[in-house]
Order: sequence, then C-alpha cells, then structure tokens
Amino acid sequence: MPTLVIDGQEVTVEDGLNVIQAAEQAGIEVPHYCYHPGLSISGNCRMCLVEIESMPKLQIGCNTRVSDGMVVKTTSERAKHAQAAVLEFLLINHPIDCPVCDQAGECKLQDYYMLYGAYKSEMQLEAKVQKGKVVDLGPEVVLDEERCILCARCTRFCDEITQTGELGIFERGDHSRISLFPGKKLDNPYSGNVVDVCPVGALTSKDFRFKSRVWYLEKTPSTCTRCATGCNIDIYHRQGEIFRFRPRQNPDVNEYWMCDEGRHWYKSFQQDSRIPTPLVRDGLSFAVASWDGAGTAAAQAVRRTQDEHGPEAVAAIVGAKATNEEAFLLSRLLREQIGSTQTAGLAWSPADAFHDDFLIHADKNPNTHGLKSLGLLNGGGEAEAVLSAAEQGQVKVLFILGADLVSAFGQERIDSALGETTVILLDTDYNGTTEYADIVMPIAAAVETDGTCTNQAGRVQRLSQAFPPPGEAKAGWEALALLSTHLDGPDSVSITDVFGELTHSVPAFTGLTYGKIGLLGAPLAGVGS
Amino acid sequence: MAENVLLRHEDVPDIHKLDVYLAHDGYAAARKALTTLKPEEVTAQVKESNLRGRGGAGFPAGVKWGFLPKDSDKPVYLCCNADESEPGTFKDRAIIEKNTHILLEGILITCYAINAHTAYIYIRGEFAYGAKCLERALAEAYDQGLFGKDIFGTGFDLEVYVHRGAGAYICGEETGLIESLEGKRAYPRIKPPFPAVYGLFGCPTIVNNVETLACVPSVIKNGPDWFRSIGPESGPGPKIYGVSGHVAKPGMFELPMGMPLREMIYDYAGGIKDGKQLKAVMPAGSSFPVLTPDEIDVHMDFDSMRAIGAFLGTAGIIVMDEDTCMVRALEIIDRFYHHESCGQCSPCREGTGWLHKLLVRLEEGNGKVEDIELIDRICTNMTGNTVCVLADAAAMPTQSYLTKFRDEFVAHVTQGGCPLKKVAVQPEAA
Repeated sequence: MPTLVIDGQEVTVEDGLNVIQAAEQAGIEVPHYCYHPGLSISGNCRMCLVEIESMPKLQIGCNTRVSDGMVVKTTSERAKHAQAAVLEFLLINHPIDCPVCDQAGECKLQDYYMLYGAYKSEMQLEAKVQKGKVVDLGPEVVLDEERCILCARCTRFCDEITQTGELGIFERGDHSRISLFPGKKLDNPYSGNVVDVCPVGALTSKDFRFKSRVWYLEKTPSTCTRCATGCNIDIYHRQGEIFRFRPRQNPDVNEYWMCDEGRHWYKSFQQDSRIPTPLVRDGLSFAVASWDGAGTAAAQAVRRTQDEHGPEAVAAIVGAKATNEEAFLLSRLLREQIGSTQTAGLAWSPADAFHDDFLIHADKNPNTHGLKSLGLLNGGGEAEAVLSAAEQGQVKVLFILGADLVSAFGQERIDSALGETTVILLDTDYNGTTEYADIVMPIAAAVETDGTCTNQAGRVQRLSQAFPPPGEAKAGWEALALLSTHLDGPDSVSITDVFGELTHSVPAFTGLTYGKIGLLGAPLAGVGS
Repeated sequence: MAENVLLRHEDVPDIHKLDVYLAHDGYAAARKALTTLKPEEVTAQVKESNLRGRGGAGFPAGVKWGFLPKDSDKPVYLCCNADESEPGTFKDRAIIEKNTHILLEGILITCYAINAHTAYIYIRGEFAYGAKCLERALAEAYDQGLFGKDIFGTGFDLEVYVHRGAGAYICGEETGLIESLEGKRAYPRIKPPFPAVYGLFGCPTIVNNVETLACVPSVIKNGPDWFRSIGPESGPGPKIYGVSGHVAKPGMFELPMGMPLREMIYDYAGGIKDGKQLKAVMPAGSSFPVLTPDEIDVHMDFDSMRAIGAFLGTAGIIVMDEDTCMVRALEIIDRFYHHESCGQCSPCREGTGWLHKLLVRLEEGNGKVEDIELIDRICTNMTGNTVCVLADAAAMPTQSYLTKFRDEFVAHVTQGGCPLKKVAVQPEAA
C-alpha cells in the first residue's frame, strides 16, 4: 500500500496502480485519451504527461506505477504546458466540426480544450491532412478518419477483448488511419464497444448517430435484461423514449463492455405492441377496463373457482423476465390469499439462441436464478406440470406473469391446455399468449420499473425506473399489490417494502437491502462475490 | 592506424570472400573466443575495451550485454541492426557489402558471449545487394561449419537469419526493429522494459549496430588494451567517418575515434568543392544540431562533441557550402522526419508534419516572422515527450537551424522568398 503525494494531497492506494488510477482515487483527473482501464497500456497520446519529483523528464501517468514516497504534480506549470501542447498537436489536423459531430458533449477533445487549450487555431482548414469520411466499418460503426486521434483504443479492443483483430492502423505519420484489414468487417458481437471507447468523434454508432445531442438525454443506471448475464448499463432517454444503452462499469459482471444484442435491446421496450390499458374479455374481443374493474373481475374469477373447485384449481406461471419482487408477490398471493401451491417458474429461451463464453448467455432470461431462489424453478418442469394439470381440467384460473407460453410450448399445446381456463395475464406487450387471456393487466417493462433480478452467477442487481410506463400500465409490483387488495390481502406501499418482505421470507435474500445492492449488485447468501 | 579494420577491403581485395578472409586471420578471433574463453570473459573484454555503440547513442556494448538477466529460462536473441537509414550515413553498408565476414564473425563472438543461439540481421529493404552479400557469405560460412551446429567442435550452436525490412526509418529504433521483426507495425515500445529484459518475442534480446559488432573481433584478437589505445579512452576504437555534401572528395574514412572535424572536412575530404566557403556542417547525420564554421575545431568522439552541445551520432558528416539555403536545407530535413514519423505519439505524428508545412511556407516566401517563433515552440513541445526519440531527432536540428541561421529565416519573410536562389520546393508527399 504505497503512500504518495499527488498535487499536495497525501494518498495511500493499493499496490500496482498507475498515476492516473491513483490520482482518480484522490479525486484528481489526469487528462488522457489512449489509456483505458480495460485495455493494455499504449502510451501513444501523451496527454497524461505529469511531473514526478526526482525524474528529469515528464512521465506518462498511464505507464508510471506509483511507489511509496512518490511526489506527483499533475498541474504544475511544466505538466500543464505539456498537456496543452499535446492537445494542440491533436487538434492541428482535426476538422473541428463539433457542430455536426455526434460526439459533441461527450468528447474528450472538447472537454480538455476548455480546460487546457483555448488558444487560437494555427492551422488553416485547407492545410490540414485530409482523410476518409463516413467510412463504413460494419453493421454498428462508422468511422471519420479526420476526427481520429489514433489512440488505438479500438484496435486494442479488437485485439485484446474480442480477439477478432478486424482493425489496424495503416499508413504512417500524420497520414496514419484506422482501417479494416482486407476482407474483414467489424461485425463481431461486441463491435459497438469501440464506439464507447473512442474518446473522440471518430467512431460513431450507426444506431445512435444524429438522433439526439447527448446533453438532452437523461441517464439512468440499470441492468440489461437481454440475458442472464445482467450487464450493468446506463439507459439514455428523454421524455419516455430510449435512445441508447451503454455499458456501465462493473468489475464483477461485465467490466466495461456489453454485447451488440444487448445494446439494441432497448428497442424491445418501445414497440407498437405495448398494451396501453387493462382489458377484460368481451366475447371474441377485449373491452377496455379500469384497473379497479380488471382487479374486481380477477378476484371474482378466483373466488368462484376457489369455492367450486378448491384453491389448487388456481395456478400461476411466472416468466423469468419478472423481477424478484413481482415473482415474490404473485407466489405469496397464491399461497396466502388463495391457499394454492401451484406457482411455477418458466425460463424459456430459443434452443438456437446465440451465446458465447464471454458475456452472451444462452439463457435469454434476466432472472432465472432469482426464480430458483424463490423456489419457483427447481427441476425446470414446473410450468409443464401446470399445463398438464390444465389439460386435465384441474386448473380453472391461471395467472401468467411475463411469460409468452405460445413461444415456449407452441400454439397447439396452449390451445388444448388453456381452452377452458380463465387466464389472468400480466405483461408488457401483446404476444401469442394474449389471445388466451380473459383479463389483461398491462405492466411496466424492465426500464420502467424498480426492482431486482438475480443474474446467472447469483448476483442480485437492480433495475431502475427511467421513466413511467406508457398509458395506464402500472409497475408489476403495483399491479400485484392491487390484485392482493382485491383478494383481501395486504397492500404494498413501495418497492423497498416489497423487497424488505421478500428478504424476510426467502432465506437466500437474507440481509440484503437496496442500499447494500447499490449500483453494482450483491451476491445472494451462499454465493461468492 | 596502420591497417583498416572495418574497411579492410581497402587493404585486402576480395576480403568479402571467405577464403580470402580466412587467409587473413579470419574467424581466428571467434575460434579464440569459443575455444579458450568463457562467455563472461568475452563480455568482460568487450567491457574493458570500452567499445561504445556505433549506432549513434554511444552506449557501452559490454555494459549493454551485462543487462541480460542471469536467471532467465528464456532464449536470448541477438539482433544486428543493419537498418542504416540515417541521412548522410553509409558506413554499415560498406561493411555489409565489402567486409561481410567481419560482421558475421562479430555476430558469432557476440552470440557466444551472451549465450544466444539465434541471431537476426535486420537489414533495410533498400539494401537488396547488401542482403545478397550477407546471404552469400553466410552460405559460405555455414559450409565451413562456422555457423550451425557444434561450431569449432565446442558444442556451441548458432543460427543466423537475414531479415529484410520494408523501408521505414523507424525500424532502426531498436524496439521498432523488434516489433517489425515480429511481423508487426514498427511502433517503438515504451521503455522500460528494455530489450535486454523484454525484447524479441518477449525474450531477452541484445540489439547492436553493424559497426559495433564489426569491432568485436578486433577486441578479442588484439585485446582490450589495443582497442583502448586507439583514440580517446572515453570512447576508443576504429571509426568510419562518412563525409558527403559540398566537398571535393566525399567518401568514407576509417580513422581513430576523436578526429578533428576540421581535418575531416579540409584534409580527408579535400575541402569545400570549387573553392567555396564552408557555411554549415551536420556532423552526426541529420538528427542532431548543425554546426557553423567557427564550431568545427572539435574532436569527433562522443564526449568532445557533447561538450559543445553537439553529438557524434553516426559520424555522417554533411557539409554545406556558402550557396546553401538553410531554410531549404531544413525543409528537406523536416520533410524526411514528416515522412518517417511512425505516427504513434501525438506530438511527433502531428508536429513533424506541422514543422514541414511551416518550412515550405517560409521557403516559398509566404511565411510570417511569427512562424519562426512558432516552429521553435513546436520543437520545444515535441522534445522529450514521446515514446522514442524521433521527435527529438526532428526538433534538435530544427531549433539549431533557427538559432544559428536566424537571419536567413527572417530574410525569407522580409524578401518574400529565398534570397539565395529560387529552387522549386517539392510538394509534400501525399
């Protein structure tokens, strides 16, 4: 644990840190471009030059390991002069096209120019080296060679993280440019990350570019629900519309990265198929209902069945996209208000779903592990058993929470199982199963609700509400609380209440709170971090 | 010095042929080293000789070899730096083409000393003939059992490979050379670690210049005392001086270290051509400061040159007469560095091109007086702030030209062009 002085401030840091990392712990930002904590040290940009006592030359912070007694000056005259000079070099051949550049607002050239530069331009536009514009690198990424400062983060990402090696640096000196190797396309499943690591506007996302200035967007930290890995993300949104997902650093889950599939997953939350209001079946079609009306209808169906066929004739299937809180509330409702033990989990993924040994999991559900902890998914055949019971006429009322049974079991099977069953469906979107429903309760999607999911490694991670659900949809926990009150059960005042009750009744969750889970998640009891 | 060592072909015709070389004591030093000395004794003798690196930096060769880790289980490699690309420098080429076996013998002895069983000769792509000479000489030597398995019956094995570069100045930088040899882009590496610890393929590696290695046999053959008796103690030995430019008899001269620069120009190279006056001389290739006529009473050895703020470099002496336009001369130099910057570090990548553009502007008569200050400022900002010293190599001569010939730069502004004579400036390479 070396103790050193950075800009007059004494700090003690763990072994093996470089000057940039140590300064960061002291709340000091050493400007840098090529350094990225998830990639190897390249040392090419020279922006992080700092003064270190007893060393005659300025040193690059990224490649200088701190040691005990070191005295670092990141803002001395010499250091600031060198940093300003490097910035000037970087801008000499840069097109300075911020007004039309998508990176504006999150560009390190802009940021540092305001801090270190602010001098007049010494180079006329026509004298600048001219290079390629709008170079198509692959399905996700476009390159502007003139904006590039050749920090080599993107090439290192493709060499070191995906090990696909599509990108290289070609030509020499100030004609150097990033390009694809012959015959290659930047089409690996993680290619969007090069846009994130690019500190300037050279690599931009085909999906996001020109859609919004970044300073108009709000950022909400959350978790990707595309698969069971649960990459930590930031949701960028404005007025109920999502513009992009970006990975949020979590050393225990996704480090700095996420897959392209997850990156595009935001689109799944804003399709035309969203269910806007509660619905109650009226012959062959649905009639719009109030929440109260839907709740009353559901309660009546449940009570009638209970009276005529006993509590076990009421069952529930919970999809593994439901949060821990939603799954807990529904299973408690069946157990305590109805007296039924028939709550089954369902974690279905397409058999041919793409997966790898990095971040993309074959299980396309975000909360399979959570359902297991709640006792809803042990052998995996629970939903199957409920359907068989329904086929034999033993299930008269079926709750379906966030599960498209038609995708999982096929139309024919569902036809025979649910033809005579009263289905109370809680979901976000219309899907193949909706037409079997008798009562439909529209609930918030993962980006519109608070809650938790437990990833494949048993790590409980939070979803955060970026904005309210559309139309009259309610958060799943609110809809389930409403159902509970209609069945003379307890109300739930807040999501933290629900989680508190969950932690008290499910041993694996003992001791957890939203505070403890924080932004980076926390392992279930008995799971190593 | 009675006999040439490095340019021995001037004394012994056809010394590049193995039978001639063997007839003149060839490979005797190698035999002596391998059969009578321990590797560490060879290193000790080279250390004692104070043979300093002839690639330009002047680092003591024996000390460099001593940096190899003692307890490594990785193979050790020797890289012979034959990427001679410094402007005004053509000494290694002569050894490679005309005195080939002394280099090979130097490689053999060095490999024995550092316990390397593989050596690479990295030769610049333009030296096609030189590469052929090396291949031919190696084939002859392999035939005689001087390379390969069990050399001189000692059990020592050595394979030597000739690797041709593809034409980049930066491949002469030792870590750029290593990267290139590994098949990568020749981006110099951040040091430390130095190649002796982490070099070729991540293994301990020694990179020595051709002329340095060619000195090694004479150290073993004649002893360190003999070597140290040639020229100044602080950096002794035979040295090839190359004189080019506006002199009556340009060429190569093997002489002791520490020759007076004035003698090299006026005696050995026959003085300034056509009876003109000397205006400037770059004594160390193009990467170091220029000297004015009143600075040439200096001895050409590492320490004497440093004492006047100059460098020995490769001792490639470029002479310029009174008619030379110093702005144009500098424009040509900085065009070279612009063309050759590898582009890895921002200050060098952007700075070299910027310098060149400003010099073209000055030479064409479109410059401003402030440009002179700007050039100076760019140089200051480039110096000492990059992975390798190419940026310094561009900045150092540039700043010396500005300081020592400032009037000429100002005149280009005030007179709207070159006051000496109009010569078309080549457009910048696209």
